[in-house]
Amino acid sequence: MIHSLFLVSTAGHIFLEKHWKSVISRSVCDYLFEAQGKASAPENVPPVIATPHHYLISVYRDRIFFVAVIQTEVPPLFVIEFLHRVAETFQDYFGECSEASIKDNVVIVYELLEEMLDNGFPLATEANILKEMIKPPTILRSVVNTITGGSSNVGGTLPTGQLSNIPWRRTGVKYTNNEAYFDVVEEIDAILDKSGTVVFAEIQGVIDACVKLSGMPDLTLSFVNPRLLDDVSFHPCVRFKRWEAERVLSFIPPDGNFRLMSYHVNAQNLVAIPVYVKQNVSFFETGSSGRLDITVGPKQTMGKTIEDVVITVHMPKVVLNANLTTNQGTSTYDPVTKVLVWDIGKLNQQKVPNLKGSLSLQSGAPRPDENPTLNIDLRIQQLAISGLKVNRLNMFGEKYKPFKGVKYVTKAGKFQVRT
Amino acid sequence: MLDSNKDSLKLEAMKRIVAMMARGKNASDLFPAVVKNVACKNIEVKKLVYVYLVRYAEEQQDLALLSISTFQRGLKDPNQLIRASALRVLSSIRVTIIIPIMMLAIKDAASDMSPYVRKTAAHAIPKLYSLDPEQKEPLIEVIEKLLADKTTLVAGSVVMAFEGVCPERIDLIHKNYRKLCNLLIDVEEWGQVVIINMLTRYARTQFLNPNANEVLLEEGEEKEFYGSDEEEGKEEKVEKKKPYVMDPDHRLLLRNTKPLLQSRNAAVVMAVAQLYFHLAPKAEVGVTAKALVRLLRSHSEVQFVVLQNVATMSIKRKGMFETYLKSFYIRSTDPTQIKVLKLEVLTNLATETSISIILREFQTYIKSMDKDFVAATIQAIGRCATNIGEVRDTCLNGLVQLLSNRDELVVAESVVVIKKLLQMQPEQHSDIIKHMAKLIENIQVPMARASILWLIGEYCEHVPKIAPDVLRKMAKSFTSEEDIVKLQILNLAAKLYLTNSKQTKLLTQYVLNLAKYDQNYDIRDRARFIRQLIVPTDKGGALSKYAKKLFLALKPAPILESPFKDRDHFQLGSLSHLLNVKAGGYQELPDWPETAPDPSVRNVEVMDAVETVLDPVLAFRQVPEWTKSSSREKRKEKKKVEKPFYSDSEDESRLTESADSDSNTGSGSESSSATEESDSGSKSEDSGGESESEQQEKPNRKADKSSRAQRVTQETGDSERSSGEERRTAKKTTEPRSESESEEEGKESSSESSESESESETESKEESEPDTEAKRNAKKKAITPRAPDKPREEKQEVSLLDLDDFDLNPSPRVNPVNSFMSSSLVADLEGLSLTHSALPPPTISPTFSSLKTYELLHRLTGEGLAVGYCFGRQPFVRDPHMVTVQIQFTNHMDTEARNLRVREPRLQSGMRIKEFPEIEVLPPGETVTTVMGIDFCDSTQAANFQLCTHTRKFCVSIQPPVGELMAPVFMLENEFKKEQGQLMGMNEIKETLVLGEACQSDYAIVQRVTAAANVGQVPCGSDQEYSSTPPPCSPLVSRFAGKTMTSNSLVLVTVITKRDRTAQLTVNCEKMVIGTMLVKDILHALSQ
Repeated sequence: MIHSLFLVSTAGHIFLEKHWKSVISRSVCDYLFEAQGKASAPENVPPVIATPHHYLISVYRDRIFFVAVIQTEVPPLFVIEFLHRVAETFQDYFGECSEASIKDNVVIVYELLEEMLDNGFPLATEANILKEMIKPPTILRSVVNTITGGSSNVGGTLPTGQLSNIPWRRTGVKYTNNEAYFDVVEEIDAILDKSGTVVFAEIQGVIDACVKLSGMPDLTLSFVNPRLLDDVSFHPCVRFKRWEAERVLSFIPPDGNFRLMSYHVNAQNLVAIPVYVKQNVSFFETGSSGRLDITVGPKQTMGKTIEDVVITVHMPKVVLNANLTTNQGTSTYDPVTKVLVWDIGKLNQQKVPNLKGSLSLQSGAPRPDENPTLNIDLRIQQLAISGLKVNRLNMFGEKYKPFKGVKYVTKAGKFQVRT
Repeated sequence: MLDSNKDSLKLEAMKRIVAMMARGKNASDLFPAVVKNVACKNIEVKKLVYVYLVRYAEEQQDLALLSISTFQRGLKDPNQLIRASALRVLSSIRVTIIIPIMMLAIKDAASDMSPYVRKTAAHAIPKLYSLDPEQKEPLIEVIEKLLADKTTLVAGSVVMAFEGVCPERIDLIHKNYRKLCNLLIDVEEWGQVVIINMLTRYARTQFLNPNANEVLLEEGEEKEFYGSDEEEGKEEKVEKKKPYVMDPDHRLLLRNTKPLLQSRNAAVVMAVAQLYFHLAPKAEVGVTAKALVRLLRSHSEVQFVVLQNVATMSIKRKGMFETYLKSFYIRSTDPTQIKVLKLEVLTNLATETSISIILREFQTYIKSMDKDFVAATIQAIGRCATNIGEVRDTCLNGLVQLLSNRDELVVAESVVVIKKLLQMQPEQHSDIIKHMAKLIENIQVPMARASILWLIGEYCEHVPKIAPDVLRKMAKSFTSEEDIVKLQILNLAAKLYLTNSKQTKLLTQYVLNLAKYDQNYDIRDRARFIRQLIVPTDKGGALSKYAKKLFLALKPAPILESPFKDRDHFQLGSLSHLLNVKAGGYQELPDWPETAPDPSVRNVEVMDAVETVLDPVLAFRQVPEWTKSSSREKRKEKKKVEKPFYSDSEDESRLTESADSDSNTGSGSESSSATEESDSGSKSEDSGGESESEQQEKPNRKADKSSRAQRVTQETGDSERSSGEERRTAKKTTEPRSESESEEEGKESSSESSESESESETESKEESEPDTEAKRNAKKKAITPRAPDKPREEKQEVSLLDLDDFDLNPSPRVNPVNSFMSSSLVADLEGLSLTHSALPPPTISPTFSSLKTYELLHRLTGEGLAVGYCFGRQPFVRDPHMVTVQIQFTNHMDTEARNLRVREPRLQSGMRIKEFPEIEVLPPGETVTTVMGIDFCDSTQAANFQLCTHTRKFCVSIQPPVGELMAPVFMLENEFKKEQGQLMGMNEIKETLVLGEACQSDYAIVQRVTAAANVGQVPCGSDQEYSSTPPPCSPLVSRFAGKTMTSNSLVLVTVITKRDRTAQLTVNCEKMVIGTMLVKDILHALSQ
């Protein structure tokens, strides 16, 4: 299984290493650097690299490579999934997963890794359990620690969750305000072609929950229209059989934030694309210049406003600069990365945002024959674009009345317009 | 600082040391100072010291020994956490001297009370093994012991140890196979991955290939015409000689892993997908596609791995991903490696119907900025063109257009691909060759230039005018060309010399001369070889005769193949598969065995009962309605019954529990399955298995007793969610006291005893003593199956109390909202029929009209004991393959019959029998009904067995009518038609008949058919068939569907009624014998 773990920054600096078996020299990472040199971007580094004696499985997240060294056959997804789980745990503990935060909390990181893996096999990966064993750093505690000279940040007892049948929840949870919030977040993945017709569109959604309830609540969440959901995956707490039979989510929730389920909406249902985009990007054969004209407008929004609209365009390399004017929002062009960002903000029915102007190309270079794609980002509050609706949330097993809330948000996922 | 006696200073010091270690700095010289602190009281210091020790002990073995005694002490600590961590560190420090100590510690820990410590022990096993492989034998013993462990916590870790130490000892798994399958869903996710991978290998050695018949066909086909569709395979499959019957254990594995496709962990999903790919019948592999496509939304690394596997799968099972084609469309923001993989998948999925869409997609890709990706796209187009003949010309035209692209890489790549395509049909495309010849001046990429030259040379007859000209040009620039181009120039020259020596003789000579002095020896060699071969000299005449044949031989067109073609010999999802090389420690996936090894090795007597009860598929059951009269009468005998019953040994009572199909099973399963089914949440698990058995027993006694008189329509399966279960039961039993009963406190009730007690307004005949949890549980169960009517209730209660000294009162149970429950019950039932159509058709409750009773033992031959049986047409609870047989005993003697039981079943091979629980006493004049299950293996062979009383034995046999060998399934009309379409030919039996007097109406037909066979009617979909006034000419059609019990093959019955009292009966069934017999039976039923 996992032999060692190296954390490597994009600059090629190994800033943390941890070994679960015999020590492996950090020189194995040279193979990674080699691959990184070949790849154009850090994302293009192959996740699995075979070296003469070891295999490197790496995950790139938050500008850090998590490199696991393994020696024998192991399902690669197993390792990848675990590395992502490690990154998520760091994120959860330190608020961000960056080189600086990891360096600052190196002891906690070490303690975490020690608990997460034993002899290279995952031991405890549930955030609830880890938090019981190793308390996350908080400002208050760090202040107390410096004054008193250190209360321990390691729990002394075996987390009860690990032994029970519900390993994701710790026992003895107490809150004065009992609340349960559910965020239904849907993302539209779509590819539109030049003329604006939909090549491919689907809706992916997640339900993120923030549950702060005392004791051992048993929750049941039902939908008005569960038939919309085509493919689902659940947090382990959800009783699958109940879902199969009744289309009801029944679960004893973990404490705190977690992702209850993610789903995919039936592909047969036509996806309502909330915006339309008219674009015209052209490069002239002579004079090494081009023209750009983009118009965005709302469409099928079901009465909600579209917010935070941002259009990003990766320009061809030969585009030197852009001289653009817009009637709404701001546009910037970064000549180094060749990225044009047009931050529009809210979309109004009355005034349609438009971006127009000329592009100057490198003189002498041939006209680029490719056209850039437009990536669109947007957000609609209080609307689940698929029409999914939570019917009700019931609680059993506890007597208090919890405060319940459901929020809907629609976002653009991978929303691209080809030109 | 480490020597300080203040913990805070020590902690600070250790933190710094750990930070040093993290940065990779050597901190080994501090070892002596650190080791001293191993006994430190502060738990955080201790942990950090452990971290340090594990890292450096290997380098400083002698000093590390100083710490061992601390760990040994830790191993005896009452706190399980300390025991576990001591074992963890002890096994992690790689010091060879302490191997015996480690061995001892592991052995001890393996039988520890705490599952957490046992888990740690399992983790320690591979550590010790890697340190000293000679310890293998004793370690295997430990593994064997731990494999038998019933807790989910241990299962994953021990299988991991098994894989690490002795993956070849497959025999260790036999006894635990079913348990592992059943536990699987509750094991933590990492353990699931390991277990699934292991079970895949196991299943490959133990079960038969479900696709065996098809594989043979496939191979045969591939040789003849590669790429032909499945349809052929299916048609031939019809004629296969030996029907394949899937081992129930094989089915169990497939069934229990399926829900895991919904896991959030990509590794688990992948593991299940590979399991299905390697083990499932072809038709079922498709269920994994959706989940795999879902993973494509995940992180790019996950996508990368998943796409690799999808690429392999899509070659073998094209249809699987066809519907998800669009999910593989490429976005400009994808990393290059993912784009290339998606292309690969798209190419694999291309068929005649989808090719046009795919090609349109490809066209947009060609305009991408990512040139590597464009090149890959062009190759993909080439492959599509070779695989699908219809679009070859379109592709070729498209590629030719690309030749005028500005980007050289694109042009070069298209040239190479065009070359390959042209080789397939050169005659029609001389203009393309001409076009390419013109291009040679502009293209600089050597590979492309070489390709063009080769093309011209090969087909110089088609372009007789241009070819010499090209050669002339190339001769001019020969010296400045790349090696690969030079070689092709030589080839071209040679070929032209042979076909057109007049024009090119001098040119060839010139080129050959140039080549003679080339720096590259390959080129010099080639030049020499060609010269000898083609230029007629005095000596070399022998070969030059054949020169033409040598050079201008017809060359077979290259086959453009996917690089993933042969990857599936590696287990999918494995590292080896990803890299396409065998990684260290890779376990080959064994081939299917020719004949299945003995399945009985997996039988575990005690486990068996528990498992079957747990079986998730038995989502619901209904205990047959029995005659009411008997129950009342039986009450009289209650007291008599009790005594012999309680004198029974423990074992027996447990057996009765499991074998008893009465209402108690539902609740019984909770106690016996406390470990497996997490939701019942009974804490008993922690306190070890011993108390469990005790718990079980107590409820059994009561339950068993009361259950006879009771009938409860109950729902297991989903209702292992115990609360729901209890509520439902409670509702049915409608006792007057139920209002006063305490509210069910969810599953936790037992643990929060005080709370529930305070709530329960006790009925207060007895005082509520603070009871142990175990008893509480037991009580809960005991009450549930209590009999319906009140008077008896009281009586029984008293007797129960006398015997068991329990108080019945503070029974924590019964739910607040009855209406909610009932609706959910309905929903449960509904859910069964409404599940997604991709799932195998669910069994629905039978629609029988009347039960026909057969005689098993006449009262004369039975000396006063009359036994009749009928087929209950209920799904048999403990085994879905069994036919439920209700047996009714009537005692016509004037003495009581005792100990009625089944003995010595003599069965045909493959048949199985599940006896009814022994009937202790049957008083004179009484009638008793019980249920047994028989697996007839889809044959109408009789099941013979002996029926024993305390005095006599009778040989009896039960022969099922063919119609009882099936269970109805729910399907929609179009599904029905689809299935029917697949069961044509020999599997279809048609008969025309004249309808009998009594069955003219539509309704009567349905009645008759469902009476003759246990099938369910298919609801009519189209209005045409169900409208009140059918069009005069259109006949009435009724359809029925069922599936055979054992092999789950579909049985489809169609009755088409014509106007003139004639009807046509069609039966489609894979099992022809069943089909024929069924036709006969239905014919008989309808024409009466």
